[in-house]
Amino acid sequence: MAKQKTIDNRQRAIGDERQSSASFIQAIGAIVWKDLRAEFRSWELISSMLVFSLLVILIFNFALELDVKTRQSVTAGVLWATFAFAGTLGLNRSMAIEKDRGCLDGLLLAPVDRSVIYFGKFFSNLAFMLIVEAIVLPVYSVLYNTNLFQPGLLLVILLGSIGYTSIGTLLAAMSVQTRTRDILLPILLFPVVFAVLLAAVKASGGLLDNSTFADVSFSINLLIAYDVIFVAASFMLFDSIVEE
Amino acid sequence: MITVKKLVKRFGLKTVLRGMDFEVKPGEFVALLGPNGAGKTTFLRILASLSRPSLGEVNIAGFKLPNEAAQVRARLGVVSHLPLLYGDLTAEENLRFYARMYGITNAQLRITEVLRMIGLENRRRDLVRTYSRGMQQRLAIGRAVLHDPEIMLFDEPYTGLDQDASSMLDDVLKTVAAQGRTVVMTSHDLARAEELATRFDILSRGVIADSATRRQVKKSNLLEFYKQALAG
Repeated sequence: MAKQKTIDNRQRAIGDERQSSASFIQAIGAIVWKDLRAEFRSWELISSMLVFSLLVILIFNFALELDVKTRQSVTAGVLWATFAFAGTLGLNRSMAIEKDRGCLDGLLLAPVDRSVIYFGKFFSNLAFMLIVEAIVLPVYSVLYNTNLFQPGLLLVILLGSIGYTSIGTLLAAMSVQTRTRDILLPILLFPVVFAVLLAAVKASGGLLDNSTFADVSFSINLLIAYDVIFVAASFMLFDSIVEE
Repeated sequence: MITVKKLVKRFGLKTVLRGMDFEVKPGEFVALLGPNGAGKTTFLRILASLSRPSLGEVNIAGFKLPNEAAQVRARLGVVSHLPLLYGDLTAEENLRFYARMYGITNAQLRITEVLRMIGLENRRRDLVRTYSRGMQQRLAIGRAVLHDPEIMLFDEPYTGLDQDASSMLDDVLKTVAAQGRTVVMTSHDLARAEELATRFDILSRGVIADSATRRQVKKSNLLEFYKQALAG
């Protein structure tokens, strides 16, 4: 009995060493792996974002029966409105999956810094958003007869998505704890993310109007600044938001 | 192993725990009993570092909460009435995910060991959403013991289980306790608590109203002890 106890204690000591080796990056990777694995099995989140995005594009396509030039001028606005609304669906669902079965508690119980959970969910949400955007862009290009595959525009979409998802992940973690989470997230998110969307629309619009990269560099710099601010603020606030 | 002094927890104007004192020695299995709203779940959430105390001291395995929460979490295994598992992952994938979160090396070996212990080795590649409630609860225990914690917290683990599933869970809980772990379990099921625990604490109106060991509460008298504690 005493021998068994000694063995058990030794195993626990080994366990403690193991626990300390759980690195920041490894734990973030685990959350991203888990989210992608579950999503590629159920397609619950991406499919709803995608169907919604395609419907919005189709509705705008029929609602704005404009000439080619005017269509080009509204492209940036339509595109970002589509991404923003579809994004809220994804952010809500991504956090609801954690909350509904108590999995958020499971994450919070892990002996890692809680910013790991934030960054894990942030990278997962960003991946979902980029996947949806990668499918929406060619569809949009065909329907609106506009070439969206420009390196500058793709960079703006990436920067805009980072800003949107960084603050969106934080606010989704907050709203998911309320009964009115589906309504609350857009109400909280859109006023905060307005600045990112504005800079993204300006930059995208400029690039689609064949402006040079230098012409839109102010908006792009603004996007980079928002990304840094939102990621840093979310990193600092996440712990207090998920704790009761 | 667990020392709690003058613990107070307030939610706005409502005070749930009112200066609670609580102590658990290594290897003890404590059943925390009490009516709905007594503060059992709130107390367990504070021990699990999921909630911050408003006032008071909480010390677990030599670490203070909330300042040393990460060290405490590394030594805790928590099972609640929710499984804390992902339905779209298999049992093995769920355990692999938690193994990575806890930084367990030789994870595959440990996962196989745990799946064997909870009797789910043959269903390891099935999605968790296809599991019965009882199987999910067994897997939840597997998740909680994966990192070989010293202390286990069970919050109403029998909720929603049928008779067969409850009996199976009894066996798993006995195995977990027999491995020398310190266990705190909240429950409404006095019969099950009587069968498993070595000590019974009655939580009423935010404080421990009474406490007794298994020897003090003679068999089949737990109900009487419980009623007297609540009445007092």
